[in-house]
Amino acid sequence: MTATETPFEPRIVAFCCRHCAYAAADLAGTSRLAYPPALKIVELPCTGRVDVLELLRTFEDGVDGLLVAGCLPGRCHYLAGNLHARQRVDYARRWLEDIGLEGERLRMINLSAAMGAQFAELATEMAETIKDLGPSPLGTRQTAGQGLSIGSTPLPGEAVHDHGDGR
Amino acid sequence: MIVAKQKPLSELTAMLDGYRNVLAVGCGTCVTVCFAGGVKEVGILASALRMARRLDGEPMSVAETTVQRQCEAEYIAPLAEGLDEFDAVLSLGCGVGVQTLAERFPGKRVLPALDTAFMGLPTEQGVWEERCQGCGHCVLDITGGICPVSRCAKQLMNGPCGGSQGGMCEVDTDTPCAWQLIWERLAGQGLADRLLEIQPPRDWSTSRDGGPRRIVRDDLRLPPAEDV
Ligand code: SF4
Ligand code: SF4
Repeated sequence: MTATETPFEPRIVAFCCRHCAYAAADLAGTSRLAYPPALKIVELPCTGRVDVLELLRTFEDGVDGLLVAGCLPGRCHYLAGNLHARQRVDYARRWLEDIGLEGERLRMINLSAAMGAQFAELATEMAETIKDLGPSPLGTRQTAGQGLSIGSTPLPGEAVHDHGDGR
Repeated sequence: MIVAKQKPLSELTAMLDGYRNVLAVGCGTCVTVCFAGGVKEVGILASALRMARRLDGEPMSVAETTVQRQCEAEYIAPLAEGLDEFDAVLSLGCGVGVQTLAERFPGKRVLPALDTAFMGLPTEQGVWEERCQGCGHCVLDITGGICPVSRCAKQLMNGPCGGSQGGMCEVDTDTPCAWQLIWERLAGQGLADRLLEIQPPRDWSTSRDGGPRRIVRDDLRLPPAEDV
């Protein structure tokens, strides 16, 4: 590495259920446990809200890794949202591999609200995995100060719209 | 409903080789409810194609739209506007939708994103099964509402073959024997004796063997122009 190059800091998005992983991330923060700085948390009412379309669009927007973090099996507030999420994550991973991206860039984890330390640990582990894989070949590295924008892509159902590579 | 499934991404990227600006067109009816070609599936496939092509170093723009019904000219007419900018149309309709687009826009390359599979229904969430082959002469009155043409592997008309075992079909032991189902249904209705009536060989001329079929309703046609 030359002196001017900055080390690769993986950009990871975590879709977190508000009942467990979001609170666990909060707990990790208040407990002053370190987790990867470039992790962006998106709060969801339940991981059952996660859809394959959003998972793929997030990768299209250039993230290096994506975590879906839901409640422990059997503990979903809506009974089976976390189980639906796991099936969709598995399905989306197959898409990623067909597209030519590593499936390991997408991962589902299960936590309770009390598991702040585990959240920090799993997020760090994910960052290590992504560091080994390297940056997403779809990402355009951003200059300092620019945040990662998620959800910039229009939602489906709108009139004809173009997502050419020129974004 | 018509049930279809998406072609593998590798087949589609090969089909779209060389194209740079594609319009993906979904259909809001049958293929929406079988999760093969509705708004969301168009979004997923378009996103996947864009990413795959970027990774191949051959970026392709894929625009997305979904019409309510791809198999009727009126619904696809609005697509004419702006179509010039695309060098191909990728249809996520069933085979009828693809052909309706191709007929309406004969100068345009129209390509199928789906394999149209059958006419059927969802038996549970995420599972679809065939129920009708459009044979042109329905026998469901005789067979207790269970179709032996689409559900019996041998399309038998006078009771089961010798391979029916434990209620399952010998051709695929995960599939219930249609004739077992027919027997149970009619016996349950106290009508089992109706099955003693022998059905003559079927007239398949109403089915697929004579080229495309056509239905004409004179009462619905537009009167000849000279009479108006
Ligand atoms: S094109 Fe027509 S028949 Fe085909 S899926 Fe759409 S509505 Fe159904
Ligand atoms: S086992 Fe039943 S369904 Fe299968 S071919 Fe024989 S009669 Fe038809």
